[in-house]
Amino acid sequence: MEKRVTFKGWLLPMCLLMPQIIITAVFFFYPAGQAIYQSLFIPDPFGLSMQWVGLGNFEYLLGDSYYRASFVTTAVFSILVTVTSMGFALYLAVLADRLIKGSGIYRTLLIWPYAVAPAVAGVLWLFMFNTRVGVVSWYLGLLGYDWNHVLNEAEAMGLVVVASSWGRVSYNFLFFLAGLQAIPKSVIEAAAIDGARFWTRFRTIVFPLLSPTTFFLLVVNIVYAFFETFGVIHTITSGGPQQATTILVYKVFSDGFVSQDLGSSAAQSVILLVIVGALTIVQFKFIERRVHY
Amino acid sequence: MARIPDEGMVEKRGIGHYFTHVGLIFGVLIIFFPIWLAFVASTVTQSDIIRPPMPLWPGDQFLTNYSKALTSGINAPVALMLMNSLIMAMGIALGKILISLLSAFAIVYFKFPGRRLFFWLIFLTLMLPVEVRIVPTYEVVAGFGMLNSYSGLIFPLIASATATFLFRQFFMTVPDELAEAARVDGARPMRFFWDILLPMSRTNIAALFVILFIYGWNQYLWPLLITTDPSMNTIVMGIKQMFPSGDDFADWPVIMATSILAMLPPVVVVVSMQRLFIRGLVDSEK
Repeated sequence: MEKRVTFKGWLLPMCLLMPQIIITAVFFFYPAGQAIYQSLFIPDPFGLSMQWVGLGNFEYLLGDSYYRASFVTTAVFSILVTVTSMGFALYLAVLADRLIKGSGIYRTLLIWPYAVAPAVAGVLWLFMFNTRVGVVSWYLGLLGYDWNHVLNEAEAMGLVVVASSWGRVSYNFLFFLAGLQAIPKSVIEAAAIDGARFWTRFRTIVFPLLSPTTFFLLVVNIVYAFFETFGVIHTITSGGPQQATTILVYKVFSDGFVSQDLGSSAAQSVILLVIVGALTIVQFKFIERRVHY
Repeated sequence: MARIPDEGMVEKRGIGHYFTHVGLIFGVLIIFFPIWLAFVASTVTQSDIIRPPMPLWPGDQFLTNYSKALTSGINAPVALMLMNSLIMAMGIALGKILISLLSAFAIVYFKFPGRRLFFWLIFLTLMLPVEVRIVPTYEVVAGFGMLNSYSGLIFPLIASATATFLFRQFFMTVPDELAEAARVDGARPMRFFWDILLPMSRTNIAALFVILFIYGWNQYLWPLLITTDPSMNTIVMGIKQMFPSGDDFADWPVIMATSILAMLPPVVVVVSMQRLFIRGLVDSEK
């Protein structure tokens, strides 16, 4: 797409572009280039010089059982967060869509957790399930269940999944509700006249018509779970116990800043870069298709 | 047919109607519960909390806990952290909007050599969140001596093209006749930008501001890395720093008061500007 009418000159547009070009070059391209460059070296033990290792860092990572475990952890975590937050949001959106009046009130009541930072959500859920003072863990104890996410890997994973999904329900609810309201009422009425009950209509008409929204949300939520949940993990579990909740982004942080293993951390950054790139391409392809509908 | 009321709605009346409300209220309660608990904890004493179960109804320590948090906090007064967060969020939102408006204007309304190249250079950045390049970005910021500074908090987070992309999309929908008329009238490009394009973009700017403000306010990893001085902590990352490292009990009433204060500004923005917020959300994901 091009504008038919444009202004002349090159000095003015260059000046207009400069702020963004400079900031992008300094804080984006240079660091991204450095990540790729550093991923090909390992620093000597004194940090005085860098030794060229080619793809050695990558080979090491792929053979490293901790890194492979972190991959699996990330996959499990992302799938659970996506399914939990989308499932709950769809349930609420379907109910809100059934209302003649008042869906606006529920929308107001349900969307604002979006504004709560993942790190703050982490602190709230940590407080509820705290092993010493948590209300929920205390009542669970009363029921005979000994909650301890500090030691139990599955409980730690469950807690970070729920805390990450909580605020995300708002976002998904908003898009699901908009998607549901865009489905022509006549289609649903026609099915109702043919005698299809609510569940049948949902399964055979509503859900298929909702699939563009669902697919879009799938991609967006996976990206969210990969990158934006760092705050939740860092506040609740710090990646533990025994790395059970160390997702890839957390590992870049802990290897780079805590263990100072720069080569490995840079190589991990490059791998993440490839993953984001792939997800972005999937997203763009999908949006292109939706535009052509 | 008797089951379908006159308005043409399907199964929205009768007993099912109440189940719908019950189901929704159940969902709202689940969503609200963590916040309610945090609020209650911010109004009771430490001893109410460390002897579980804590009360589920607010106590009378609201003023004590909040004033303790705001004026002294644990490592730094929370009032200071709130100000740091405000400066960072405003800096990110306004900075990003400003540079994106200018660059989108240049890309859409001018033809000059290298335009395509710049276009693609800027749009490549759509793909990389700061989390992926933290170590080298940290080194750059440290090299400039920007650790523990507002510019260090703000600039690296401005380096992304989402806003530019959005303004470009919007400018493309502006009728060509407007630029044509401006040119015929002999208006210089910047005059057209200020008098016509900018007023037309008002709603888009406001919607984007809401989204970017929340984005900036809620940053965690980046402030965690570059603000080692407690007086530069932002509130969202400062909460975690309030937990004791040893086996001591955390000061829960103060921590929970801080959590409530940390979520208040973005929540107020979302609720009071709901329409703009939804628009911004939909725009920025397209």
